[in-house]
Parts: sequence; C-alpha cells; structure tokens
Amino acid sequence: MMSLKVNGHDHQIDADGDTPLLYVLREELKLNAAKFGCGLGQCGACTVMVDGKAVLSCVTPLLLLEGRQVTTLEGLGSLDAPAPIQRAFMEEQAAQCGYCIAGMMMRAQALLQRTPKPTDEQIRAELQPNLCRCGTHMRILRAVHRAARLMDSAALPSTTQGSAR
Amino acid sequence: MNGPVILDRRRVLAGGGALIVSFSLPDAFAQQQAQAPAPKPPGSLAKAPYLDSWIRIDADGAITVFTGKAEIGQGVKTAIQQIAAEELDVPFASLKLVTADTGRTANEGYTSGSNSMKESGTAIQNAAAQVRELLIAEAARRLNVEAENLKTDNGAVVAADGQRLGYGDLVAGDILHVQAQAKSKLKDPATYKVMGQALPRLDIPAKVTGGAAYIQDMRLPGMVHARVVRPPSYGAELIECDISAVEKLPGVVKVIRNGNFLAVVAAREFQAIKAMRALSAAAKWREKPGLPKQDDLLGVLTSLPSQDSTIFEHSDPSATGQITIEATYTRPYQCHGSIGPSCAIAQLVDDAMTVWTHTQGVYPDRAGIAEMLRMPEDGVRLIHVEGSGCYGHNGADDAAADAALIARELRGVPVRVQWMREQEHGWEPFGPAMVTRLKASLDASGMITAWNFEVFSNTHSMRPGGAGSMLAAQHMANPIAVPAPKPIPLPEGGGDRNAIPIYKFPNAHVVHHFIPAMPVRVSAMRALGAYHNVFSIESFMDELAKLAGADPVEFRLKHLDDPRGRDVIEKAAQSFGWQKGHKAPSDRGFGFAFARYKNLAAYCAIASEVEVNRETGRPRLLRAVAAVDSGQVVNPDGLINQIEGAIVQSMSWTLYEAVTFDDTRITSIDWQTYPILRFDAVPEKIEVHVINRPGLPFLGSGETGQGPAAASIANAIANATGKRLRDLPLTRKRIKDAIDA
Repeated sequence: MMSLKVNGHDHQIDADGDTPLLYVLREELKLNAAKFGCGLGQCGACTVMVDGKAVLSCVTPLLLLEGRQVTTLEGLGSLDAPAPIQRAFMEEQAAQCGYCIAGMMMRAQALLQRTPKPTDEQIRAELQPNLCRCGTHMRILRAVHRAARLMDSAALPSTTQGSAR
Repeated sequence: MNGPVILDRRRVLAGGGALIVSFSLPDAFAQQQAQAPAPKPPGSLAKAPYLDSWIRIDADGAITVFTGKAEIGQGVKTAIQQIAAEELDVPFASLKLVTADTGRTANEGYTSGSNSMKESGTAIQNAAAQVRELLIAEAARRLNVEAENLKTDNGAVVAADGQRLGYGDLVAGDILHVQAQAKSKLKDPATYKVMGQALPRLDIPAKVTGGAAYIQDMRLPGMVHARVVRPPSYGAELIECDISAVEKLPGVVKVIRNGNFLAVVAAREFQAIKAMRALSAAAKWREKPGLPKQDDLLGVLTSLPSQDSTIFEHSDPSATGQITIEATYTRPYQCHGSIGPSCAIAQLVDDAMTVWTHTQGVYPDRAGIAEMLRMPEDGVRLIHVEGSGCYGHNGADDAAADAALIARELRGVPVRVQWMREQEHGWEPFGPAMVTRLKASLDASGMITAWNFEVFSNTHSMRPGGAGSMLAAQHMANPIAVPAPKPIPLPEGGGDRNAIPIYKFPNAHVVHHFIPAMPVRVSAMRALGAYHNVFSIESFMDELAKLAGADPVEFRLKHLDDPRGRDVIEKAAQSFGWQKGHKAPSDRGFGFAFARYKNLAAYCAIASEVEVNRETGRPRLLRAVAAVDSGQVVNPDGLINQIEGAIVQSMSWTLYEAVTFDDTRITSIDWQTYPILRFDAVPEKIEVHVINRPGLPFLGSGETGQGPAAASIANAIANATGKRLRDLPLTRKRIKDAIDA
C-alpha cells in the first residue's frame, strides 16, 4: 500500500512501486484524461502535473510520488465548471481526435502557472515534447494564448488552481 | 425501440421481399409504374432504403438518428446531426445520434475516402426531409387540411390556425417503416438555420475534461487486460516458448499460444505488460529475410512484376511539342502513426461475440472476425467506439481480431487489448511506397502538348472483409491466407487515384502499373495514391511552368477548364497575395498546388511560403493559404479544421517521414526512429478560405488537402533553393545535398 495524492485527494494504492503513474491513474483511480501513447516518454499524451510541473506519467514510477501532489486534467475543472484552459480549448475547438489534447493542456497549464503571459515562442518551446498527429497545432497554440487571457481576467487564485486542489 | 430487434424485424421484412410500402405525397414523387428501373434514392439510402433505418421517432417525440459511419476525429457526428436537425426542423441539441454498430445501424461499409458526407450525410438529409414530409402528410390527414397549408417548426407540424401536432404524436404505427423515394423535397438552402453554422463539436467537451471519450477509456465490469506478443518480423515462426514461468507471474489469468499467435491476459494492465515482456523474452522465433532494399525503392517498385493498364488516353496529332522533359518521383512507405495505439474490447457471452472497436468498417470487420472464429456473422456484433485519430487502415481491425481471438478463450469475460507503441509502428499496414514517371512536351507558346504519366504501386486497400487481412487470423494455427490484392477501381482508384490529370492536354497517356507482390504490409492511408500522384503532377506542373517561363498560377489556369477548380486557385492565390513574377525574400520560396480529390470530390488549392536554412538545409513552412470547395458546407469550422490538419499532417509526411527496415525487420518502431513534426516546425499561420456552394452535393473534405499541401511545399522549396527535389520525404539532408551539389 502506498499513499498517493491526486487532485487534492489522498488515495491508498495497492500496486507495485515500479508501476508507472499512468496505470494507477487510469486503472485504480479510473481517471481518463492521461492517455497511453507510447510508454516511452516520447509523445506526451500521458502528461500530468506533479507539484505544478509537467511530468510524463507513463515513465514515472509510483514509488517516486510519495508525498507529491499529482494533478490531472480532471483536477483542473469539469464539464459543468471548466477551468480557463478547458474553456479555452472548447472555445477554440482545439481538437480533432483529441487523444493528445489532455496532455497538451496539462503541459500548457504548467507553463501558464509559471509564466502567466507566455510569448508564442515560449508556448511552442514548452509544447515541444508533445505530439499531435491530426495537425491541430495551430488551434492548440491559439487555445493556450486564449487560456492565458482567460486566466489573467479570472480571479487571481485560478492561476494556481492546478496545484492547490 | 432502438435496439437490434428493429433491425431483425427489418431483415425479416426484407427477406420476405413482398412488403414495399410506398407513400404518396401531395406533389407526387410517387414511384412510377414504368418498366424502367426506378431511380435509386441518393447516398447510402440506395443500400438501406427504409427511412426508419436512419431516423426513429418515439411516441414521446424523442428522435434518434442512425449513421453507419463512425467518428474518427473528423467531426462527422456533429455534421450529420446538423443535417438531420435542419431537414427535420428540430433543435440540434434535441437529437440523439447512434454511429456504426452492426446491431443498430445500416451497413455503410467503411468510414473512408472522404465519403461520409456524400454517402451518409446525403442519406440522412434525404431521409430527414422525407420523414418531415410524411409527418406533414399525416398531420394533414388528421387535421383534414391541405399539406401545403402546414409547416414544421421545432419538432411539430403547425397549422395556419396555430394548431401544433408534435412529431411524437404523429408517428403512431409504422409510418416511418417505408422505403425512401428517389427524390426528396429538400429545404431551400437560403432558409438553413443549422446547416452552414460553425456549431461546436459534440465530442470536444468530454475530450477536454477527462470524460470517457475513447475505447481506451471503456471499463466493463470484470474486464481483464491482454497484451499480444507479435513476431519480430513478417512471416516469423514461433519455434519455442516456455510459458510456465509467465503463467506464474502476478495477476496472470491466461497465456494463449495458438500457432504463431501469442498473448497474455492479466487482471491488471501493467501486470499484463510485464507478463508480455516476460513472454516475449521466452519466445524463440525463426525469421526469414524478405524485405526489399529500403534505399532503392525506385529499383524495387519498377522491377517487381506488375499488371499494367492504360487508364487514360487522349490524342490530338495536330498538337506537337518543341521541348520535352522527364522526371521521376518517389514516395517511401509511411505510417499512419495514431497517437493512441490500437485498442479493442471483446466479450463472448453464450454464443454471441461482441467487439467494441475503432475500426472504420464494423460490417466488413465483423465478416472477417466471424470467418476467423468460424462463427456465423449474426453471432458477432461490432460496435464502433471512437479511438485515437484515424488516418486510414491502421491497427484497429487487427486489435479487434486480437481481442476476439483471446476473448474466445475466456467465456463471459470482457477482454481489453491495447497495442504497445512498437507494435503499432511495426505492424500497422503502411501507406504504400510509390513511383511515378512523368514526361511532357511544351510548344512554342508555352502550352503543354503531350503528357505521359506512369504510376507504380501496390494496392491501397487490404482492409478486412476476409479474415486473411487480420494479423491474428494470419498468425493462428490453421491460418487464413492473406487474400490476393486487388486494385481499387476507378473513378476513385487506389494507386492511380488522381493519376489522371484534371488539366486539359491535347495528348495524354496515363498508365497504372499495379504491383501485386507486397513485401511490406500495406493498406489505405489518407488520400491513398492521390498524395503521391498530386505531389508528382503538381511538382511537374511547376517544372514545366519554369521551363515555359510562366507564372505557376497562371500556367495552371491556362490548362484548366473546370470553373470550380479555377475558383479555388484564384481564391488561394489572391488571399495569399500571389503576384506574377514576385520574388520571395532571401532564403524563402513561394509554392502553389491544386487538385480536385479523386477528380470527383472536393477542390483544394494551397499557396505556401517556406524558409530554407542554407547552412543546414532545414526547411520550415512559414505560412499556408488554402481555398477549398467542398460543395454545400455543413459546418464551416469543421471543414477548416480538416484542411488545417491536412496541411500540417501532410507537411510532416512530406518533410520527415519514411518507414525504415533492414532485410528482415521494420526498424522504425517508435517516435525516435520515426520522427514526425513537433511544435518547433509548426507554421506561423495557416489560413483556410471556404467557397460554399449552397444546395450542391456534399463533396467531403478529409483527404482533399494531403496532395496539394505536399506539392505546394515542394514547389516552395524549389523556389527557395533553385533545386527540385523529387524523392519524398524532402529531408533536411536531401535539401542540403541539393544546395551543395
């Protein structure tokens, strides 16, 4: 048994310490957003935040996460109360198949928490580890810019929403 | 009333053959009694003519729309629901949409070829219009008024005096269980309220909030996890495998060895992965080299035996050229490379096998799985659940077969299989390598007088239908042989898709060299042969324009009659700021290309600006401006999204991508060994201009951009460097070598 804090809640996890975080999130906690893409840390579909930093959950073993705060896309907001970044991706219609999008959003969220007003170059550089195959890149970039504006105009706490919850 | 029962009843009725209910409408599109065969209703209605195969209305007024097509990331669900809402005159959000499911929807074959709007969209548009007319006729009968004095509004038929009869009240009995008529009373496009609107996609909210959006997210009670151990190479034979140690690993439920098919099932997913690795290490295979030389695809494809056919011939001996040039273009094998590896869930309950799959064709895939399992087709049900983006025949069908073969061994238990990244990259059927040889002559006025085009290619579809197309059936004991490949017939074509020029040339000769032998596993990839054929034709048009001293846009227009083609060319050129004789800034180039997909679907022209770093050879697409005519537009933002995606994806294919292999194994097995574009290469700007054609047929849009994007970029690189590259991909090294040559 290991304790794991995800989206502000403590969970007791019965899994081997070498189990990558991705499988714990998807299977034990039944969270959908983080996706299996490569299992090799090459595509970013599994990106979540750990202590506010973007992390590839497919290559991060459970035993490294004791006492850390894990945030997934589900922890940012919901269908009924979407977080700024979720609103932004909906408003920009920034998905085709959408399989890569949760990972894109988590990496962008980590950037925006650190750098609330990123330049286009900063966003591109930040998203470099994440692959999209449908070619939705132009919309993803627009959505991240929009999210920055939405977060800026929202109440201040929302910019730290990811790790606070 | 939406379950499979209805379909069974319909089958019974159809089998009985006698019951054809025709309905009469005031303005008499009643079927004619003439001897000539009655004209067929449009789109997929021709194959599934009963209106209630497409639209059901319950007594409470709830409306369900059924499409045999599948959402594969292209936004088709939203577009189809818009069409249905428009012609039914109901609010968009009030409809429920059911997609491809052999238990519930019509057989619409594959979701492919940019055909969903043309086939299913057209069927549902006409079915909805005819349902609306039936409801009006029924209301007229009940109210004892003339139908023309009634209108529909918000799910009800409304009389002049304001009386409203809800659709649910009007559907008593089987009034929708009638065959469609050939013609429908469609709405005037000028009155559209839902079609033509950029409505937000139905599937996006769940996808950006962690909802269950994909088959990968499905969790059935008692579900177990399976992983397959694939052979290391095509044709490898399993000669030894001690499974006893693997069977003892934590969580392992079963190890399956069936001929060369090896799989492991475990209670939890990561347990299955660990067991898969152990099983893989325990397996000893006999491999045989059989792959061609990767660095000589030109030699390989032009020397393999081929079936040759002249697919176009036009001659005018009075037109003679003064100068003739030739060029050869090549394309490597390329990956679909969905970000999410293929996945399926199967469950055998009693004698019924259910498979949840992201296949593009639930019916043909069902036939394949039933054949593999030696079960009757009606004992197998395939239900489409969305997967990761689909750009053609990837591992989806194979994963479905894997799951079914494994689930057969574990009665009652839902079995989930997901492929590993290296399995998807190594085993998916690739987009086929191709070679084109072109030769053309110009006269003194700079017009093309003669055009010769030869294309060498494998088939572009090895999709199931038969079980032999599926890896599990090929690898199991008593395997089913891979079916003989067949070319896809024109006018759509496969390797010869878009091989016939759309331009008017006095002399033209086009030959398709169809190559049956497939040393590398291949099948359909977005745009099929059109990607390479359009790349070749449009690159060569630029080579000829340069020789003629003509502007590339002007040169194309001089050879093109098709007015809609001319419109997209002019629109793209004008929006880009294309000017005759303009010169790009230093180290940059402008490029242009155009095609009408399949010569019968959507028109697309793309202008691009590319920057080339002369030191490294590295190219970067800076901006692209596209114009597209896809007929009547249903969702303009959905259309724009498709074209933007096509440009970016095609850019990645065109600049970076080639499957690699040695004499035995595929060696491009992940994103390190098969790199695709990343954010540093994403353009500054992409603009898409839509030319709407109100009331004209839907032409689809999923694949129209692939070829023009490739050629536009290639032409811009040639413009920037002065060097013409004819072998895909146009890599940094090839560009650098050309600059240095």
